[in-house]
Amino acid sequence: MKKLIANREIDVNEEGYLVDFKQWDREVCECIAGECNVVMTEKHWEVVEYLQDKHHKEEPLSIRGIKKSGVINIKEFYALFPGGPLKKSTLIAGIPKPKSCI
Amino acid sequence: MKNLVILGAGTAGTMMANHMIKKLPKKEWQITVVDQYKTHYYQPGFLFLPFDIYTTSQVKKNGKKFIPKGVNYIQKKIELIIPEANKVELENGEALNYDILIIATGTKIAPEEIEGMFGPEWHKSIFDFYTYEGAKALRNKLREWEGGKLVVHITEMPIKCPVAPLEFAFLADSYFKNKGIRDKVDITYVTPLGGAFTKPKATKALHHLLEEKGIKEVTDFNIERVDYENNKIIDYADTEVDYDLLVTVPTNMGDALIERSGMGDDLNFVPTHKATLQTKNYENIFAIGDATNLPASKAGSVAHFEAEILEDNILRYINGEPLKEEFDGHANCFIETGGGKALLIDFNYNHEPVEGTFPFPGIGPLNLLKESRMNHMGKMAFRWIYWNMLIKGISIPFVSATMSEKGKHFEEVK
Repeated sequence: MKKLIANREIDVNEEGYLVDFKQWDREVCECIAGECNVVMTEKHWEVVEYLQDKHHKEEPLSIRGIKKSGVINIKEFYALFPGGPLKKSTLIAGIPKPKSCI
Repeated sequence: MKNLVILGAGTAGTMMANHMIKKLPKKEWQITVVDQYKTHYYQPGFLFLPFDIYTTSQVKKNGKKFIPKGVNYIQKKIELIIPEANKVELENGEALNYDILIIATGTKIAPEEIEGMFGPEWHKSIFDFYTYEGAKALRNKLREWEGGKLVVHITEMPIKCPVAPLEFAFLADSYFKNKGIRDKVDITYVTPLGGAFTKPKATKALHHLLEEKGIKEVTDFNIERVDYENNKIIDYADTEVDYDLLVTVPTNMGDALIERSGMGDDLNFVPTHKATLQTKNYENIFAIGDATNLPASKAGSVAHFEAEILEDNILRYINGEPLKEEFDGHANCFIETGGGKALLIDFNYNHEPVEGTFPFPGIGPLNLLKESRMNHMGKMAFRWIYWNMLIKGISIPFVSATMSEKGKHFEEVK
Protein backbone atom coordinates (compact mmCIF):
# COMPACT_ATOMS: atom_id res chain seq x y z
CA MET A 1 0.00 0.00 0.00
CA LYS A 2 0.99 3.64 -0.41
CA LYS A 3 1.43 6.16 2.34
CA LEU A 4 2.10 9.88 2.10
CA ILE A 5 5.37 10.55 3.93
CA ALA A 6 7.24 13.84 3.56
CA ASN A 7 4.78 14.71 0.75
CA ARG A 8 5.82 11.66 -1.22
CA GLU A 9 4.01 8.43 -1.99
CA ILE A 10 5.99 5.72 -0.23
CA ASP A 11 5.32 1.97 -0.49
CA VAL A 12 4.73 0.46 2.93
CA ASN A 13 3.30 -2.79 4.31
CA GLU A 14 0.23 -2.98 6.55
CA GLU A 15 2.32 -2.17 9.62
CA GLY A 16 3.84 0.89 7.99
CA TYR A 17 7.29 -0.57 7.31
CA LEU A 18 8.96 0.56 4.08
CA VAL A 19 8.85 -2.06 1.35
CA ASP A 20 11.53 -0.47 -0.85
CA PHE A 21 14.60 0.87 0.93
CA LYS A 22 15.44 3.02 -2.13
CA GLN A 23 12.55 5.30 -1.14
CA TRP A 24 14.16 6.01 2.24
CA ASP A 25 16.11 9.20 2.91
CA ARG A 26 16.72 11.46 5.88
CA GLU A 27 13.61 13.48 5.23
CA VAL A 28 11.38 10.39 5.13
CA CYS A 29 13.18 9.15 8.20
CA GLU A 30 12.49 12.31 10.21
CA CYS A 31 8.82 12.19 9.24
CA ILE A 32 8.39 8.60 10.42
CA ALA A 33 10.34 9.40 13.58
CA GLY A 34 7.97 12.31 14.22
CA GLU A 35 4.98 9.96 13.97
CA CYS A 36 6.66 7.80 16.62
CA ASN A 37 7.27 10.84 18.84
CA VAL A 38 11.01 10.50 18.35
CA VAL A 39 13.16 13.54 17.64
CA MET A 40 16.27 12.49 15.75
CA THR A 41 19.58 13.32 17.42
CA GLU A 42 23.10 12.43 16.37
CA LYS A 43 22.92 9.26 18.46
CA HIS A 44 19.66 8.28 16.73
CA TRP A 45 21.32 8.64 13.33
CA GLU A 46 24.23 6.53 14.47
CA VAL A 47 21.87 3.75 15.53
CA VAL A 48 19.87 4.02 12.29
CA GLU A 49 23.06 3.65 10.25
CA TYR A 50 24.15 0.68 12.33
CA LEU A 51 20.78 -1.05 11.81
CA GLN A 52 20.80 -0.39 8.07
CA ASP A 53 24.33 -1.71 7.79
CA LYS A 54 23.39 -4.92 9.62
CA HIS A 55 20.30 -5.29 7.45
CA HIS A 56 22.26 -4.91 4.22
CA LYS A 57 24.72 -7.54 5.39
CA GLU A 58 21.72 -9.79 6.04
CA GLU A 59 22.67 -10.14 9.68
CA PRO A 60 19.64 -10.65 11.94
CA LEU A 61 18.79 -7.86 14.36
CA SER A 62 18.18 -8.58 18.01
CA ILE A 63 18.34 -6.94 21.41
CA ARG A 64 21.39 -9.12 22.09
CA GLY A 65 23.05 -7.78 18.95
CA ILE A 66 22.56 -4.23 20.25
CA LYS A 67 24.53 -5.15 23.37
CA LYS A 68 27.49 -6.10 21.19
CA SER A 69 27.04 -3.30 18.64
CA GLY A 70 29.62 -0.99 20.16
CA VAL A 71 27.28 1.86 19.15
CA ILE A 72 24.89 1.85 22.06
CA ASN A 73 23.90 -0.22 25.10
CA ILE A 74 20.43 -1.63 25.61
CA LYS A 75 19.35 0.90 28.25
CA GLU A 76 20.27 3.79 25.94
CA PHE A 77 18.52 2.04 23.07
CA TYR A 78 15.31 1.93 25.13
CA ALA A 79 15.76 5.59 26.07
CA LEU A 80 16.20 6.67 22.42
CA PHE A 81 13.28 4.64 21.08
CA PRO A 82 10.85 4.23 23.98
CA GLY A 83 8.31 1.43 23.81
CA GLY A 84 9.47 -1.29 21.44
CA PRO A 85 12.93 -0.02 20.51
CA LEU A 86 13.72 -2.64 17.88
CA LYS A 87 10.32 -2.29 16.20
CA LYS A 88 10.42 1.51 16.27
CA SER A 89 14.04 1.92 15.21
CA THR A 90 13.69 -0.40 12.22
CA LEU A 91 10.51 1.38 11.16
CA ILE A 92 12.40 4.67 11.27
CA ALA A 93 15.43 3.17 9.52
CA GLY A 94 13.25 2.03 6.61
CA ILE A 95 14.13 -1.65 6.98
CA PRO A 96 11.86 -4.65 7.70
CA LYS A 97 10.62 -5.37 11.21
CA PRO A 98 12.93 -8.01 12.74
CA LYS A 99 11.30 -11.39 12.72
CA SER A 100 12.99 -12.47 15.95
CA CYS A 101 12.82 -15.84 14.29
CA ILE A 102 10.26 -18.48 14.34
CA MET B 1 39.26 -45.26 3.51
CA LYS B 2 37.38 -41.99 3.79
CA ASN B 3 35.90 -40.59 6.97
CA LEU B 4 32.49 -39.10 7.67
CA VAL B 5 32.49 -37.71 11.20
CA ILE B 6 29.26 -36.72 12.96
CA LEU B 7 29.55 -34.53 16.06
CA GLY B 8 26.66 -35.12 18.45
CA ALA B 9 24.41 -38.14 18.95
CA GLY B 10 21.18 -36.31 19.73
CA THR B 11 18.12 -36.36 17.50
CA ALA B 12 19.85 -34.99 14.38
CA GLY B 13 23.21 -36.77 14.75
CA THR B 14 21.64 -40.15 15.42
CA MET B 15 19.30 -39.75 12.45
CA MET B 16 22.19 -38.85 10.16
CA ALA B 17 24.21 -41.90 11.26
CA ASN B 18 21.21 -44.09 10.45
CA HIS B 19 20.67 -42.39 7.09
CA MET B 20 24.29 -42.44 5.95
CA ILE B 21 25.13 -46.03 6.97
CA LYS B 22 22.56 -47.19 4.41
CA LYS B 23 23.93 -45.01 1.65
CA LEU B 24 27.72 -44.98 1.89
CA PRO B 25 29.68 -48.02 0.66
CA LYS B 26 31.28 -49.66 3.72
CA LYS B 27 34.49 -50.44 1.87
CA GLU B 28 35.08 -46.76 1.14
CA TRP B 29 33.63 -44.91 4.09
CA GLN B 30 34.03 -45.14 7.83
CA ILE B 31 31.30 -43.32 9.75
CA THR B 32 32.18 -42.05 13.24
CA VAL B 33 29.81 -40.46 15.76
CA VAL B 34 31.20 -38.56 18.75
CA ASP B 35 29.16 -37.65 21.83
CA GLN B 36 30.35 -37.52 25.41
CA TYR B 37 26.94 -38.28 26.95
CA LYS B 38 25.57 -41.81 27.42
CA THR B 39 21.89 -40.92 27.70
CA HIS B 40 19.66 -40.03 24.77
CA TYR B 41 16.73 -37.93 25.94
CA TYR B 42 13.33 -37.65 24.32
CA GLN B 43 13.35 -33.88 24.70
CA PRO B 44 9.68 -33.25 23.80
CA GLY B 45 8.90 -35.34 26.89
CA PHE B 46 10.46 -32.70 29.16
CA LEU B 47 7.22 -30.76 28.74
CA PHE B 48 5.22 -33.56 30.35
CA LEU B 49 7.62 -34.56 33.09
CA PRO B 50 6.81 -31.63 35.44
CA PHE B 51 3.10 -32.54 35.38
CA ASP B 52 3.65 -36.24 36.11
CA ILE B 53 2.22 -37.13 32.70
CA TYR B 54 5.45 -38.89 31.71
CA THR B 55 7.80 -40.72 34.03
CA THR B 56 11.55 -40.19 33.96
CA SER B 57 12.10 -43.58 32.31
CA GLN B 58 9.84 -42.63 29.41
CA VAL B 59 12.09 -39.78 28.34
CA LYS B 60 15.55 -41.35 28.45
CA LYS B 61 17.30 -44.34 26.98
CA ASN B 62 20.85 -45.46 26.44
CA GLY B 63 21.99 -43.62 23.30
CA LYS B 64 24.13 -46.49 22.07
CA LYS B 65 21.02 -48.50 21.22
CA PHE B 66 20.20 -46.13 18.40
CA ILE B 67 23.61 -45.95 16.76
CA PRO B 68 23.58 -48.47 13.91
CA LYS B 69 26.05 -51.34 13.67
CA GLY B 70 29.10 -50.53 11.61
CA VAL B 71 29.28 -46.99 12.95
CA ASN B 72 32.25 -46.15 15.15
CA TYR B 73 30.74 -44.57 18.29
CA ILE B 74 33.14 -42.60 20.46
CA GLN B 75 31.95 -41.40 23.87
CA LYS B 76 34.41 -38.61 24.50
CA LYS B 77 34.36 -34.87 24.89
CA ILE B 78 35.10 -32.89 21.75
CA GLU B 79 37.72 -30.22 22.39
CA LEU B 80 38.08 -28.46 19.06
CA ILE B 81 37.19 -28.46 15.39
CA ILE B 82 40.09 -27.36 13.17
CA PRO B 83 38.44 -26.85 9.76
CA GLU B 84 41.66 -25.78 8.03
CA ALA B 85 43.21 -29.16 8.87
CA ASN B 86 39.99 -31.21 8.46
CA LYS B 87 40.53 -32.41 11.97
CA VAL B 88 38.60 -32.77 15.22
CA GLU B 89 40.44 -32.92 18.54
CA LEU B 90 39.00 -34.98 21.38
CA GLU B 91 39.87 -35.05 25.08
CA ASN B 92 43.23 -36.62 25.97
CA GLY B 93 44.80 -35.26 22.81
CA GLU B 94 43.18 -37.78 20.51
CA ALA B 95 42.40 -36.55 16.99
CA LEU B 96 40.02 -37.55 14.20
CA ASN B 97 40.54 -36.66 10.57
CA TYR B 98 37.52 -36.22 8.37
CA ASP B 99 36.68 -35.86 4.71
CA ILE B 100 33.17 -34.71 5.54
CA LEU B 101 32.00 -33.36 8.88
CA ILE B 102 28.41 -33.06 10.10
CA ILE B 103 27.88 -30.73 13.06
CA ALA B 104 24.90 -31.80 15.17
CA THR B 105 25.97 -30.48 18.55
CA GLY B 106 22.62 -28.91 19.32
CA THR B 107 21.51 -26.15 21.64
CA LYS B 108 21.95 -25.68 25.36
CA ILE B 109 20.29 -23.39 27.85
CA ALA B 110 22.44 -20.55 29.18
CA PRO B 111 20.71 -19.18 32.32
CA GLU B 112 23.97 -17.48 33.32
CA GLU B 113 23.35 -14.96 30.50
CA ILE B 114 20.77 -13.13 32.65
CA GLU B 115 21.78 -11.55 35.95
CA GLY B 116 20.14 -13.26 38.91
CA MET B 117 18.71 -16.19 36.99
CA PHE B 118 21.39 -18.80 37.57
CA GLY B 119 21.84 -17.89 41.24
CA PRO B 120 20.86 -19.18 44.67
CA GLU B 121 17.20 -19.57 43.64
CA TRP B 122 17.95 -21.71 40.55
CA HIS B 123 15.83 -24.86 40.78
CA LYS B 124 14.33 -23.54 44.04
CA SER B 125 11.87 -20.87 42.87
CA ILE B 126 13.32 -20.38 39.35
CA PHE B 127 13.14 -23.36 37.02
CA ASP B 128 13.74 -24.35 33.43
CA PHE B 129 12.07 -27.34 31.80
CA TYR B 130 14.36 -27.61 28.76
CA THR B 131 16.75 -29.94 30.58
CA TYR B 132 16.08 -33.28 32.20
CA GLU B 133 17.36 -31.96 35.54
CA GLY B 134 15.21 -28.84 35.32
CA ALA B 135 12.03 -30.69 34.33
CA LYS B 136 12.51 -33.20 37.14
CA ALA B 137 13.23 -30.54 39.78
CA LEU B 138 10.14 -28.65 38.63
CA ARG B 139 8.03 -31.81 38.90
CA ASN B 140 9.08 -32.18 42.53
CA LYS B 141 8.33 -28.53 43.19
CA LEU B 142 4.87 -28.67 41.58
CA ARG B 143 3.93 -31.76 43.58
CA GLU B 144 4.10 -29.74 46.77
CA TRP B 145 3.35 -26.19 45.54
CA GLU B 146 0.18 -24.78 47.03
CA GLY B 147 -0.38 -21.91 44.63
CA GLY B 148 0.55 -18.30 44.03
CA LYS B 149 1.88 -16.41 41.03
CA LEU B 150 3.19 -18.70 38.30
CA VAL B 151 5.12 -16.87 35.60
CA VAL B 152 5.95 -18.73 32.39
CA HIS B 153 8.69 -16.78 30.67
CA ILE B 154 10.82 -16.72 27.52
CA THR B 155 14.16 -14.94 27.85
CA GLU B 156 15.06 -14.33 24.21
CA MET B 157 14.57 -15.85 20.77
CA PRO B 158 15.43 -18.16 19.12
CA ILE B 159 14.58 -21.12 21.33
CA LYS B 160 14.17 -24.83 20.69
CA CYS B 161 10.49 -25.32 20.15
CA PRO B 162 8.87 -21.87 20.42
CA VAL B 163 5.52 -23.43 21.31
CA ALA B 164 6.74 -25.38 24.35
CA PRO B 165 6.37 -22.50 26.84
CA LEU B 166 2.79 -21.94 25.64
CA GLU B 167 2.07 -25.62 26.02
CA PHE B 168 3.55 -25.41 29.49
CA ALA B 169 1.10 -22.64 30.41
CA PHE B 170 -1.85 -24.60 28.99
CA LEU B 171 -0.85 -27.80 30.76
CA ALA B 172 -0.31 -25.90 34.02
CA ASP B 173 -3.88 -24.60 33.76
CA SER B 174 -5.17 -28.20 33.41
CA TYR B 175 -2.85 -29.52 36.10
CA PHE B 176 -4.03 -27.02 38.72
CA LYS B 177 -7.66 -27.52 37.72
CA ASN B 178 -7.31 -31.25 38.26
CA LYS B 179 -5.66 -30.61 41.60
CA GLY B 180 -8.57 -28.39 42.56
CA ILE B 181 -6.36 -25.34 43.20
CA ARG B 182 -6.72 -23.41 39.94
CA ASP B 183 -8.37 -20.54 41.89
CA LYS B 184 -5.21 -20.24 43.98
CA VAL B 185 -2.90 -19.99 40.98
CA ASP B 186 -2.38 -16.89 38.89
CA ILE B 187 -0.73 -17.73 35.55
CA THR B 188 1.08 -15.07 33.49
CA TYR B 189 2.79 -15.69 30.15
CA VAL B 190 5.73 -13.31 29.56
CA THR B 191 7.38 -13.12 26.14
CA PRO B 192 9.85 -10.89 24.28
CA LEU B 193 7.65 -11.30 21.20
CA GLY B 194 4.80 -8.97 20.28
CA GLY B 195 2.29 -11.81 20.79
CA ALA B 196 1.89 -15.42 21.84
CA PHE B 197 3.74 -16.84 18.83
CA THR B 198 6.05 -15.79 16.02
CA LYS B 199 3.53 -16.22 13.21
CA PRO B 200 0.44 -13.94 13.11
CA LYS B 201 -2.27 -16.53 12.24
CA ALA B 202 -1.21 -18.94 14.96
CA THR B 203 -0.77 -16.05 17.42
CA LYS B 204 -4.43 -15.18 17.01
CA ALA B 205 -5.59 -18.72 17.71
CA LEU B 206 -3.21 -19.10 20.64
CA HIS B 207 -4.09 -15.72 22.13
CA HIS B 208 -7.72 -16.80 22.14
CA LEU B 209 -6.81 -19.98 24.02
CA LEU B 210 -4.77 -18.08 26.61
CA GLU B 211 -7.72 -15.77 27.21
CA GLU B 212 -10.14 -18.67 27.48
CA LYS B 213 -7.98 -20.30 30.12
CA GLY B 214 -7.53 -17.11 32.13
CA ILE B 215 -3.80 -16.84 31.43
CA LYS B 216 -2.51 -13.28 31.36
CA GLU B 217 -0.09 -12.15 28.65
CA VAL B 218 2.83 -9.71 28.97
CA THR B 219 4.38 -9.11 25.54
CA ASP B 220 7.46 -7.23 24.26
CA PHE B 221 9.22 -8.01 27.54
CA ASN B 222 13.00 -8.07 27.10
CA ILE B 223 14.36 -9.22 30.42
CA GLU B 224 17.29 -7.40 31.94
CA ARG B 225 17.57 -9.23 35.26
CA VAL B 226 15.90 -11.43 37.83
CA ASP B 227 15.54 -9.84 41.24
CA TYR B 228 15.47 -13.13 43.10
CA GLU B 229 15.44 -11.46 46.51
CA ASN B 230 12.16 -9.68 45.76
CA ASN B 231 10.74 -12.32 43.40
CA LYS B 232 10.42 -10.26 40.26
CA ILE B 233 11.69 -10.12 36.72
CA ILE B 234 12.58 -6.72 35.31
CA ASP B 235 12.96 -5.72 31.67
CA TYR B 236 14.96 -2.98 29.95
CA ALA B 237 11.93 -0.67 29.94
CA ASP B 238 11.75 -1.15 33.76
CA THR B 239 8.54 -3.17 33.55
CA GLU B 240 8.32 -5.54 36.50
CA VAL B 241 6.48 -8.84 36.80
CA ASP B 242 6.13 -10.48 40.23
CA TYR B 243 6.34 -14.23 40.65
CA ASP B 244 6.24 -16.88 43.33
CA LEU B 245 7.28 -19.55 40.88
CA LEU B 246 9.23 -18.58 37.76
CA VAL B 247 9.38 -21.11 34.93
CA THR B 248 11.69 -19.63 32.35
CA VAL B 249 13.15 -20.65 29.03
CA PRO B 250 16.67 -19.25 29.39
CA THR B 251 18.74 -18.00 26.47
CA ASN B 252 19.41 -20.87 24.06
CA MET B 253 22.94 -21.13 22.71
CA GLY B 254 24.90 -23.49 20.51
CA ASP B 255 27.54 -25.69 22.14
CA ALA B 256 30.62 -24.04 23.64
CA LEU B 257 32.66 -26.21 21.25
CA ILE B 258 31.45 -24.02 18.39
CA GLU B 259 32.67 -20.91 20.19
CA ARG B 260 36.02 -22.52 21.07
CA SER B 261 36.46 -23.43 17.42
CA GLY B 262 35.57 -19.90 16.28
CA MET B 263 32.80 -21.20 14.04
CA GLY B 264 29.66 -19.62 15.49
CA ASP B 265 27.63 -16.43 15.51
CA ASP B 266 26.75 -14.38 18.63
CA LEU B 267 24.82 -17.31 20.06
CA ASN B 268 27.30 -20.02 18.95
CA PHE B 269 25.07 -21.17 16.11
CA VAL B 270 26.87 -22.29 12.95
CA PRO B 271 26.19 -20.07 9.89
CA THR B 272 24.58 -22.52 7.48
CA HIS B 273 23.05 -22.23 4.01
CA LYS B 274 19.33 -22.42 4.71
CA ALA B 275 18.35 -24.54 1.70
CA THR B 276 21.36 -26.90 1.32
CA LEU B 277 22.57 -27.24 4.96
CA GLN B 278 26.19 -26.75 3.89
CA THR B 279 28.02 -24.45 6.30
CA LYS B 280 28.73 -21.02 4.86
CA ASN B 281 32.46 -21.09 5.50
CA TYR B 282 33.55 -24.66 4.74
CA GLU B 283 32.30 -26.73 1.84
CA ASN B 284 33.02 -30.13 3.43
CA ILE B 285 31.26 -29.22 6.69
CA PHE B 286 27.49 -29.54 6.98
CA ALA B 287 25.28 -28.65 9.94
CA ILE B 288 21.87 -29.89 10.98
CA GLY B 289 19.21 -29.31 13.61
CA ASP B 290 19.40 -26.73 16.34
CA ALA B 291 23.19 -26.30 15.95
CA THR B 292 22.57 -24.20 12.81
CA ASN B 293 21.59 -20.55 12.49
CA LEU B 294 18.74 -21.40 10.09
CA PRO B 295 15.70 -19.12 10.38
CA ALA B 296 13.58 -22.20 11.10
CA SER B 297 12.24 -23.70 14.26
CA LYS B 298 14.94 -25.42 16.36
CA ALA B 299 12.74 -28.48 16.83
CA GLY B 300 13.24 -32.18 16.26
CA SER B 301 10.65 -32.23 13.48
CA VAL B 302 12.76 -29.72 11.56
CA ALA B 303 15.88 -31.85 12.06
CA HIS B 304 13.91 -34.82 10.76
CA PHE B 305 12.92 -33.01 7.57
CA GLU B 306 16.45 -31.64 7.19
CA ALA B 307 17.97 -35.11 7.52
CA GLU B 308 16.34 -36.39 4.35
CA ILE B 309 17.66 -33.44 2.38
CA LEU B 310 21.10 -33.50 3.98
CA GLU B 311 21.51 -37.18 3.12
CA ASP B 312 20.93 -36.33 -0.56
CA ASN B 313 23.23 -33.36 -0.47
CA ILE B 314 26.12 -35.24 1.11
CA LEU B 315 25.85 -37.90 -1.61
CA ARG B 316 25.77 -35.14 -4.22
CA TYR B 317 28.80 -33.48 -2.66
CA ILE B 318 30.73 -36.78 -2.74
CA ASN B 319 29.83 -37.22 -6.42
CA GLY B 320 30.86 -33.66 -7.23
CA GLU B 321 27.29 -32.69 -8.19
CA PRO B 322 25.69 -29.37 -7.33
CA LEU B 323 23.79 -29.40 -4.03
CA LYS B 324 20.01 -29.33 -4.04
CA GLU B 325 18.58 -26.14 -2.60
CA GLU B 326 15.61 -27.96 -1.25
CA PHE B 327 15.09 -27.38 2.45
CA ASP B 328 12.10 -25.07 2.88
CA GLY B 329 12.11 -24.66 6.67
CA HIS B 330 9.35 -27.23 7.09
CA ALA B 331 8.24 -27.65 10.72
CA ASN B 332 5.36 -29.67 12.08
CA CYS B 333 4.38 -29.30 15.72
CA PHE B 334 1.67 -30.57 17.96
CA ILE B 335 0.68 -27.98 20.55
CA GLU B 336 -0.77 -29.43 23.74
CA THR B 337 -3.59 -27.21 24.90
CA GLY B 338 -4.53 -29.08 28.06
CA GLY B 339 -7.58 -31.15 28.93
CA GLY B 340 -6.50 -33.93 26.58
CA LYS B 341 -6.58 -31.78 23.48
CA ALA B 342 -3.96 -30.43 21.11
CA LEU B 343 -3.50 -28.23 18.07
CA LEU B 344 -1.32 -29.13 15.11
CA ILE B 345 0.64 -26.63 13.06
CA ASP B 346 2.54 -27.18 9.82
CA PHE B 347 4.63 -24.38 8.35
CA ASN B 348 7.84 -23.40 6.55
CA TYR B 349 10.03 -20.40 5.69
CA ASN B 350 7.33 -18.89 3.49
CA HIS B 351 4.01 -20.11 4.78
CA GLU B 352 2.75 -19.45 8.26
CA PRO B 353 0.58 -22.07 9.98
CA VAL B 354 -2.94 -22.13 8.56
CA GLU B 355 -6.11 -24.15 8.99
CA GLY B 356 -6.65 -27.33 7.04
CA THR B 357 -6.18 -31.07 7.39
CA PHE B 358 -3.08 -33.24 7.79
CA PRO B 359 -1.51 -35.34 6.36
CA PHE B 360 -4.26 -36.13 3.83
CA PRO B 361 -5.75 -33.11 2.07
CA GLY B 362 -9.43 -32.72 2.93
CA ILE B 363 -9.49 -35.84 5.11
CA GLY B 364 -7.09 -35.46 8.01
CA PRO B 365 -7.41 -37.23 10.39
CA LEU B 366 -5.55 -34.37 12.05
CA ASN B 367 -6.84 -30.82 12.01
CA LEU B 368 -4.47 -27.92 11.53
CA LEU B 369 -4.72 -24.98 13.90
CA LYS B 370 -7.83 -26.40 15.61
CA GLU B 371 -8.05 -28.02 19.01
CA SER B 372 -8.97 -31.69 18.95
CA ARG B 373 -8.55 -34.93 20.89
CA MET B 374 -7.19 -36.60 17.77
CA ASN B 375 -4.30 -34.14 17.69
CA HIS B 376 -3.55 -34.95 21.32
CA MET B 377 -3.50 -38.67 20.47
CA GLY B 378 -1.06 -37.82 17.70
CA LYS B 379 1.22 -36.04 20.13
CA MET B 380 1.13 -38.94 22.55
CA ALA B 381 1.78 -41.46 19.76
CA PHE B 382 4.74 -39.39 18.69
CA ARG B 383 6.88 -40.63 21.58
CA TRP B 384 6.66 -44.14 20.11
CA ILE B 385 7.33 -42.83 16.62
CA TYR B 386 10.38 -40.96 17.91
CA TRP B 387 12.07 -43.93 19.59
CA ASN B 388 11.08 -46.47 16.96
CA MET B 389 11.12 -44.63 13.66
CA LEU B 390 12.33 -41.06 13.69
CA ILE B 391 15.83 -41.32 15.13
CA LYS B 392 16.38 -44.59 13.30
CA GLY B 393 15.94 -42.67 10.06
CA ILE B 394 12.77 -44.50 9.00
CA SER B 395 10.62 -42.01 7.15
CA ILE B 396 7.16 -41.34 8.51
CA PRO B 397 4.52 -42.41 5.95
CA PHE B 398 2.69 -39.62 4.12
CA VAL B 399 4.73 -36.82 5.69
CA SER B 400 7.21 -35.31 3.25
CA ALA B 401 10.38 -33.38 4.00
CA THR B 402 9.21 -30.33 2.13
CA MET B 403 5.83 -28.92 3.07
CA SER B 404 2.75 -29.94 1.14
CA GLU B 405 0.41 -27.09 0.25
CA LYS B 406 -2.56 -29.39 -0.39
CA GLY B 407 -5.55 -29.39 1.93
CA LYS B 408 -4.51 -26.11 3.52
CA HIS B 409 -6.41 -22.88 3.57
CA PHE B 410 -3.79 -20.44 2.35
CA GLU B 411 -4.78 -16.87 1.78
CA GLU B 412 -4.19 -15.37 -1.63
CA VAL B 413 -0.52 -14.44 -1.94
CA LYS B 414 -0.35 -10.68 -1.88
